[in-house]
Amino acid sequence: MTTPLLRLRGLTKAYPGVVANQDVSFDIQPGEIHALLGENGAGKSTLVKTIYGLVKPDAGQMELQGAVFAPAEPRAARMAGVAMVFQHFSLFDAMNVAENIALGMENPPPQREIAARVRLVSDQYGLPLDPLRIVGELSAGERQRVEIVRCLLQDPKLLIMDEPTSVLTPQEVAILFETLRRLRAAGAAILYISHKLEEIRALCDAATVLRLGRVVGSCDPRTTSAREMAELMVGSSLHVPHKAARPEGEVILTLQGLSAKAPHRFGTALRDIDLTVRRGEILGIGGVAGNGQDELVAALSGEIRTRRDMVLFDGKSIGHLAPNARRRLGLLAAPEERMGHAAAPDMSLTENALLTAAARQDLTARGFVRWGKAREFAANVIAAFDVRTPGAGNTARSLSGGNLQKFVIGREIMQDPALLVVNQPTWGVDASAAAAIRQALLDLAAKGAAVICISQDLDELMEISDRFAALNAGRLSAPRPAQGLSVEQIGLMLGGAHDMEVAHVDA
Amino acid sequence: MIRLEKRTAPSRFWTYAAPLLAVVLTMVCGALLFAALGKDPFETIRTIFWDPLFSEFSWYYRPQLLIKAAPLVLIAIGLSFGFRAGVWNIGAEGQYILGAICGAAVGLAFYPTESPFIFPLMVMAGALGGWAWAMIPGFLRVRFGTNEILVSLMLVYVAQSLLASMALGALRNPDASGFPGSRNLARYPSATSWINESAGLHWGVVFALIAVIFAYITLSRHIFGFHVRLSGQSPRAARFAGVNPGLLVLICMAISGALAGLAGLFEVAGPSGLISIDFNAGYGFTAIIVAFLGRLHPVGILLAAGLMALTYIGGEIAQSNLRLPAAAIQVLQGMLLFFLLAVDVLTHYRIRLTARGVA
Ligand SMILES: Nc1ncnc2c1ncn2[C@@H]1O[C@H](COP(=O)(O)OP(=O)(O)OP(=O)(O)O)[C@@H](O)[C@H]1O
Ligand SMILES: [Mg+2]
Repeated sequence: MTTPLLRLRGLTKAYPGVVANQDVSFDIQPGEIHALLGENGAGKSTLVKTIYGLVKPDAGQMELQGAVFAPAEPRAARMAGVAMVFQHFSLFDAMNVAENIALGMENPPPQREIAARVRLVSDQYGLPLDPLRIVGELSAGERQRVEIVRCLLQDPKLLIMDEPTSVLTPQEVAILFETLRRLRAAGAAILYISHKLEEIRALCDAATVLRLGRVVGSCDPRTTSAREMAELMVGSSLHVPHKAARPEGEVILTLQGLSAKAPHRFGTALRDIDLTVRRGEILGIGGVAGNGQDELVAALSGEIRTRRDMVLFDGKSIGHLAPNARRRLGLLAAPEERMGHAAAPDMSLTENALLTAAARQDLTARGFVRWGKAREFAANVIAAFDVRTPGAGNTARSLSGGNLQKFVIGREIMQDPALLVVNQPTWGVDASAAAAIRQALLDLAAKGAAVICISQDLDELMEISDRFAALNAGRLSAPRPAQGLSVEQIGLMLGGAHDMEVAHVDA
Repeated sequence: MIRLEKRTAPSRFWTYAAPLLAVVLTMVCGALLFAALGKDPFETIRTIFWDPLFSEFSWYYRPQLLIKAAPLVLIAIGLSFGFRAGVWNIGAEGQYILGAICGAAVGLAFYPTESPFIFPLMVMAGALGGWAWAMIPGFLRVRFGTNEILVSLMLVYVAQSLLASMALGALRNPDASGFPGSRNLARYPSATSWINESAGLHWGVVFALIAVIFAYITLSRHIFGFHVRLSGQSPRAARFAGVNPGLLVLICMAISGALAGLAGLFEVAGPSGLISIDFNAGYGFTAIIVAFLGRLHPVGILLAAGLMALTYIGGEIAQSNLRLPAAAIQVLQGMLLFFLLAVDVLTHYRIRLTARGVA
């Protein structure tokens, strides 16, 4: 029996009101890809932050290759050979790849040398990356590659990845997996957190399951079904969203030649989008991130204003209206980035409820905030969407990623929209909560509201949408009925929109 | 070994206790300093912190405290809106000067008519003057994306030149046979801001208290206050919540400009009395410090302004009675700022004593 690479013994960490990790013990072997599974708020991020020296445990020990390991800060963890890729990137848009990598180093060598080393590592691990590109122009997957290359340059023994694939396209996921396999072949271990169980089955050699901060089991993901793993995480059987047949309602939203300039240097312009959406339907919009998803949501929410007749809602021109005027009419939106866009991280959930619900829920009277009512509304969202938090007075930042997502989506759904626009509604949400959110979207449509669901998760879109359209370089393809659409056809639509674009330029 | 550990949320207790601790630490270190200068440390500390409020001559000093604190409160309250929203108006001093010039000009235009409408008109002119001066950096930022810190600061120097030319030109007292400076508004019954001069009470004091209450209610209960806080913390979320960022910048600039203008008007029509070349005494800059010492909280600003005024008045007493060098007073004020910022660590970090040798 070999000594494990990393041995965790009785790790415990409590936050006010919650025990994030309790008596967590398990081993990670060298040359293994080890999955860490668990519901939202199970304590996965807290555990890996402990290993990376960002969180100090209240009790318990760690051993790295048989020696006591207690990193006081990330730098100490990095010196010991532990590297981590966070879900939220920490890169500067205006700098190039090599400069960004140099920023993270203690004694950066000259630019040219970094660029050479980046090229070497990216060849060695099959990660296409040009060290001289400006980061702002990279896709989410390419940005993640920057973070990974940055880690690989340190020659890590253990690489931690916290939900790395939630923003990647299928192709990018395939590249990432290839890299991780090569890394494993080179003898490194990888601790891998994800809610996408099929991916875990394809990639990982071992899995540890956390529930409410405790280890509740382990399994071999190669031989365990996704459903079994999900049930191990939740401790009960999994609910599968149910799609009821719905009658076709009247038109609620019409976009006529919707065009908008890119809101900032690294944004995408919207070009000539035509669309009608009916009450009671769910329109799924797929596409690679950075092709105008954020801008489309902004043009619908009112953060981007356009010519008034480009957007017709319930027969009225609203392209010029501000967000709250649109909310009053029943057009609600939940943007993708929850920290700092959909929610203010350092404000309480009550204040975050007020952020979008002031107009429709009557949370103000002659401009004065009715805090009691706001608290009540926040508490209702927390209860209805099973947001795990000690109370509405806690800050948004203190919630685990998936729980904040549930709150943000729940806040809009609970306001009874006529049209709800969501972008990546189940980003970072665990399997059972994702099922609950999808069910809530289906229920909303069944009640006669329209839903536009933008997502990169094609399975999710196929599961809930009635019609499907693809967004590419700011253009939207004509929607087609989702039923019976094959993967090849979808692929064609995603690419086809691009071909149209080229044709357009030629014409 | 002493270690600092970041708290997950700022400590409530230390948010309130830290400023008190800072004052105590300042007194202790101040006492050591004064002892080293050969003065009786207890007497000196008492002279600075106690005598202005409770000595047998406090009937004279207390009004001075009011006069010093009122403009600081008024300006700092206005600035706190912008500072919370990420709008950095550094030029309150200039807006203060413009408020004084405009208000005084209206008053002087009516001289020597007596009417109850004159003073209210001056108040409006003062607020408008400060407002207009603040709108310049506000508008330039919204329209052309200029940096309001630089523009507002540079406008202070423009305002000072304007003040000098007014004192020597348009507003000069025609009966003063060529001396610079305007007529004394404090001696013009319809134009004076004094309510009770011997008590130090003028309309600026009243307006300062109203501003504190107004700011408190706005920030904690009104949706506008919520939007101000939101814009400072997460600008993108604020836009999503329906805040118009440009409008918010203009409103915050307008509030701080108008309040600074009012402070200038009340000063020129009362304690100072006249427009002179060196009319401005730095209230606009000191108020920036007061705003931050008071944690941008209305009640905090009230207390911070009081404390600031206390060290000024107490320092003057110590200088004249105990022959304490002026520099020593400035060191004491510096210490106060230093400790207030230093103990801030306690609100965000926890101090852990760990046994030596244990990793
Ligand atoms: N800084 C903090 N302050 C207070 N509570 C916290 C803090 N960080 C995490 N928690 C709490 O600890 C628990 C575990 O959170 P953690 O982020 O580790 O969950 P997770 O398993 O990563 O979930 P997710 O899949 O949603 O990201 C949650 O209940 C969360 O609310
Ligand atoms: Mg997490």
